[in-house]
Amino acid sequence: MDIKARSHILVCAGAGCVASGSLEVSAALQSALEAKGLDKEVQVIETGCLGPCAAGPVAVVYPDGVFYQNLKPEDAAVIVEEHILKGRIVERLVHKEHATSQAVPALNQIDFFKGQERIVLRNCGVIDPLKIDDYIARDGYQALAKVLTEMTPEQVTDTVKKSGLRGRGGAGFPTGLKWEFTRKAQGERKYVLCNADEGDPGAFMDRDMLESDPFAVIEGITLGGFAIGAHQGFFYIRAEYPMAIKRVQTAINLARKAGLLGENILGSAFSFDLEIRLGAGAFVCGEETSLINSIQGERGEPRIRPPYPTQEGLWGHPTVINNVETLANVPAVLFYGADWFRQIGTAKSGGTKVFALAGKVRHTGLVEVPMGSTLREIIFNIGGGVPGNKQLKAVQTGGPAGGCIPADAIDTVVDYETLTKAGSIMGSGGMIVMDEDDCMVDIARYYIGFNQDESCGKCTPCREGTMRMLEIFDRIVGGEGTLEDLNLLERLGNLLKKAALCGLGRAAPNPVLSTLKNFRKEYEAHVIDKVCPTGKCPGLKSGKSNP
Amino acid sequence: MSEMKSVPELVNLTIDGRRIAVPKGTTIMEAAESIGIRIPRLCYHPDLSLMGSCRVCIVDVKDMGQYMASCASAVWENMEVETNSPQIRQARRDIVELLIENHPMDCQTCERDGWCELQNLALQMGVRERLFRGQRKRIPIEADGRSVIRVSEKCVLCGRCVRVCAEIQGVYNLGRQGRGFNTIVTPAHQAKMDDSVCIQCGQCINVCPTAAFIEKPHTDRVWRALSDPDLHVVVQTAPSIRSALGEGFGLPPGTPVTGKMVSALRALGFHKVFNTDFGADLTIMEEVREFAHRMEHGPLPMFTSCSPGWVNFLEKFYPGLIPHMSSARSPMSMVSVLSKTYYAQQAGIDPKKIFMVAVMPCVAKKFEAGRPEHQAPFGMPWTDAVLTTREFVWMIKSYGIDFARLPEGEFDEPLGDSTGGGDIFGYTGGVMEASLRTYAEILTGKTDQRIDYPEVRGVHEVREADVKIGDKTVHVGVANGLANAKQLLEKITRGEPFHVIEIMACPGGCSGGGGQPYPPYGKKVLDHETLDRRGKALHDIDEGKRYLRPHDNTAIKKLYDTYLGQPGGPKAHELLHTTYGAQRPRGIK
Repeated sequence: MDIKARSHILVCAGAGCVASGSLEVSAALQSALEAKGLDKEVQVIETGCLGPCAAGPVAVVYPDGVFYQNLKPEDAAVIVEEHILKGRIVERLVHKEHATSQAVPALNQIDFFKGQERIVLRNCGVIDPLKIDDYIARDGYQALAKVLTEMTPEQVTDTVKKSGLRGRGGAGFPTGLKWEFTRKAQGERKYVLCNADEGDPGAFMDRDMLESDPFAVIEGITLGGFAIGAHQGFFYIRAEYPMAIKRVQTAINLARKAGLLGENILGSAFSFDLEIRLGAGAFVCGEETSLINSIQGERGEPRIRPPYPTQEGLWGHPTVINNVETLANVPAVLFYGADWFRQIGTAKSGGTKVFALAGKVRHTGLVEVPMGSTLREIIFNIGGGVPGNKQLKAVQTGGPAGGCIPADAIDTVVDYETLTKAGSIMGSGGMIVMDEDDCMVDIARYYIGFNQDESCGKCTPCREGTMRMLEIFDRIVGGEGTLEDLNLLERLGNLLKKAALCGLGRAAPNPVLSTLKNFRKEYEAHVIDKVCPTGKCPGLKSGKSNP
Repeated sequence: MSEMKSVPELVNLTIDGRRIAVPKGTTIMEAAESIGIRIPRLCYHPDLSLMGSCRVCIVDVKDMGQYMASCASAVWENMEVETNSPQIRQARRDIVELLIENHPMDCQTCERDGWCELQNLALQMGVRERLFRGQRKRIPIEADGRSVIRVSEKCVLCGRCVRVCAEIQGVYNLGRQGRGFNTIVTPAHQAKMDDSVCIQCGQCINVCPTAAFIEKPHTDRVWRALSDPDLHVVVQTAPSIRSALGEGFGLPPGTPVTGKMVSALRALGFHKVFNTDFGADLTIMEEVREFAHRMEHGPLPMFTSCSPGWVNFLEKFYPGLIPHMSSARSPMSMVSVLSKTYYAQQAGIDPKKIFMVAVMPCVAKKFEAGRPEHQAPFGMPWTDAVLTTREFVWMIKSYGIDFARLPEGEFDEPLGDSTGGGDIFGYTGGVMEASLRTYAEILTGKTDQRIDYPEVRGVHEVREADVKIGDKTVHVGVANGLANAKQLLEKITRGEPFHVIEIMACPGGCSGGGGQPYPPYGKKVLDHETLDRRGKALHDIDEGKRYLRPHDNTAIKKLYDTYLGQPGGPKAHELLHTTYGAQRPRGIK
């Protein structure tokens, strides 16, 4: 960031905004400034993701903090002419409050941002993701400097343990404990891996993190390497994320150049380096033992555990695997301390969680909230509720491994234990909102189909069971289902839950079991009355009165 | 500390309400077995790496959220295990039903009917109704393999073939490909077996619980030949058949049935029953001459060449070492050649009218019989058909022969006699031991040399020994299973000095060949005890023989005197030796 400039226009260059044309907007802003001879005093910066993807392309003008949305290249000249030159906010392009239609130009007054607490996303949409100086200016690498000069690996592990940070990939295993196991494991070599194989439909937390603030994750994994005694780490990023891959690679190169990766980091005795490995798109490779197999060049299939990766992981060496979001938390935890982190969130689930809000919600996008927030707060306060005067029906968390929480449980708080109790899981942060038009049988069918597609084929219950479940769903939506079919779904679902080899298989029936439990009547309408209440299932009569 | 380690730490646990103590590190499956409960299983095999994927062996462990695979879970203090709770019984039953719902269920037309693990599992689990009917995978049969036929529709993805191919044979030809319901086991790039690096050993057939791999059947052509009045149908049986055949008729492993075997072949209608053990004695005569020559002129070490899976392995993976392979034909091919030359001449039969059948413990012999090096100059193969032990069992049963009531028959002259040396060819170390018996006498010129070479016996490891013969020391190596063979080959590549190497492709040698009888249900395949018994029976036969050294075989002496001339001489060379060449999988130059 050029501090001499009097004003900065931050244009979101996250994948969502890029897809809706933010780079063209950015170029138009640049030419409009040049045309007015303002390009020396006003700087356009392409940042990472700001979060409100549905409103993209978006931009923020600083120092005023005015948020513009749904921009088109032709709006650039107007913003420059009006806002930059004359100091007048372009009302047409600012956010309007849904209830009152009142314009809310200030970013920090908009509900979507007001309700959030940003630790992981602290730099997203604020800095140029590819400028290491920008990251450093926002306290980046302070944690690493502190750790390398003042702390031992034991102290680092202890701090992370005390902070209560748990795995953000979904299972919620205490990160500090994982690190401690690996640090104490015998092994001539150790590895730390960043799991960026995000594959849940509708989830884009990790992708945005890597695209928007790659250095935070790099600093986090470097700190992990120090804590467990690793000298090599790998990013495992799915190949469908080319922009994330490019930015992480650029960031690695820049960190190396700055002496923040490689031999004797910051003049200490600690040496550590990173490489990227690409995933070929198998969902199961997000499961950590499959991920290890994939990095080793083997078929992406889970291994039987024990031995756990902390004992025998990559190429048989003790290995830590952390999710992107987990690692992005680490610098903050170590810089501000365990006590600071603990006071955010709940007693058992410390800190915040990033969610990718999608589906039937007004403000789809990326949000970060303290653990312990309720679904209502996330969906209605931040997300702006269900559009089109429709009724909320259910919230699906945790992707294909999660369950559907019915609308009457909207005050469920978001933490690992409560979501599990509610028949779903935290998962990696996908949150899909469903309204009265969504058929829960159809939704469950979609997810079981996804899980069948993505089953690796290794264990019997998952490989064969998901196919049989999908076939039963096909019967039901085709009007040939029976009540007995519902029993079979339950029987197979419970079999998978208890007998499948890996987490993917054991969680695969969750969308089915949770909808069977919470929306039994809807299933019964399908199999007894041969009616789909929402009219979604083409093989059945529609339960909707004709419009 | 070191004394402490020798006392195993005990872990207390409860299995089905019974309190037991087992050494630390014991799996739940092993602990259950120790009190007489055999938990059903499918993908598990003690000689292979743990896969834990079939989930048939799951058990209910108190306070665990999920069922545990008993094959892969070690016991812990105060663990409470239930192996047969109603829940676990239903789960296991459902898993087995899921397996068979994606299986052709064509038992009546399947060659494994009655010997199929899946069939037996379904029976044991009590799968009496079909709850989960649905589509099943449809994959064309790959029927054109020369030794191995792949019937992927019958595959239950237990992965035993994948692991035996990689871990026991070191070939790594098979792997899982595709995902989920569409997963199949295949060579790389879905190549056909014959186009792949497959060495045709048939261990995939042995370990398959169903019939996803089977041998190329030769039974039809044998039935046809037997009923053809123009043909003179001759058969030979390999050493290891006589100690394994009985298992097909319910006899314990290692029951010698030589006499009944010969009678069964006569009953089937074969005109002459020859003995591959004769060929084994003859192989020694030729190999030992070759070895003596190599001792002076190199190259050393010399590799034995009887095992066709091993020959394929060398040609595919270590073509640079081909000059070390003995040029002597295998015992089977020697007997086949002599049947259509020496015997044909003696009996005054047109060799083109002789149909030569070999009963082998091996499926790679089917491949060997078809090799271009094994075609007679009159345009026919020296060996016309190769039956595995399993096919032979089936033919006896199919004909309706009452095996138990068969009389003790004798092999036919002139290719029927064998010494103990020839008999032990069917077991790992046997070729080496037989060679040493003859070599010692030839080298020293004395007849009082020792007979037994226990240092080269023993099944399950790579053996090396320094054998003193006269004033010479011969450094020998013996391996069975090609992953073991690799260890020796790597040593040779590194320049370690060996004189002779015996390699048999299959575990235990021919005793564990790819064509041997399937185990009865409840017994694991390639069971060490079974292999040992089959082998030991051959050593017992050896001990009961009048002649133990191959060169003492009077029929062989007569053969050289009246027909071949000198061992290693021009006629012997023309008929009894062969050549090898590098084999590349299709697409690799």
